[in-house]
Amino acid sequence: MATIIIPTPLRKFTGNETKIEVHAGTVNEVLNQLSGQFPGIQKHLLHENGTVQPFMNVFAGDTDIRDLQDGDTPVNEHTVISIVPAIAGGRE
Amino acid sequence: MITIEQDAFETIGADAMHSFPDECCGFLFGHEEDDQRIVREALVVNNAKEGDKKRRFEITAADYMKAERYALQNGVLLLGVYHSHPLHPAIPSETDRLSAQPWFSYVIVSVTANSIENTLSWRLNEERIFEPETLLVPQTIKL
Repeated sequence: MATIIIPTPLRKFTGNETKIEVHAGTVNEVLNQLSGQFPGIQKHLLHENGTVQPFMNVFAGDTDIRDLQDGDTPVNEHTVISIVPAIAGGRE
Repeated sequence: MITIEQDAFETIGADAMHSFPDECCGFLFGHEEDDQRIVREALVVNNAKEGDKKRRFEITAADYMKAERYALQNGVLLLGVYHSHPLHPAIPSETDRLSAQPWFSYVIVSVTANSIENTLSWRLNEERIFEPETLLVPQTIKL
């Protein structure tokens, strides 16, 4: 059972839960189960093709999944998945 | 509606002035009750944008995760983000909108070399369009 840390701006879609636990074998399965359980979170987290939105990062422990096996990164009951919004912008 | 308390407002203003002509950025912590937000603390964060910091800002994932941990450990909410627009109105750009998150308050400070021109707060609506959020700030600040 992996643990997902929900970032503050997405907690309104999880009933203000900060941590969600799911049974899954990969990061993709974690994210799909989260979206299935809390449908409102899906469009902020995933494209229709299932890939992570460009302004959202996903970490397994302290490592960006893009530096691991991306969505195929294996998870176990000790894995903590963090959803991390990319915070950026500018005047133009 | 969002209220920024004196210390937090002075931190934001001082960061905007000190960082000029570059953009500054940071996090807003506080509480929310019945859609009324109170910012009690502003945390200055390094603008990690590589390249033109005069018109762009970026906060690293590591700094974001630290901010979330800080909020949980201190029993406060991470209410949003502030950043400055040097020599530019405190109105969100398309660049701001594209990376904006739901629920967060986005406080923007218009700043020149000599003064804070204006401070406004914005939130995304369901269509991902920024709407102004009523902002209450201290009448006087010491920078």
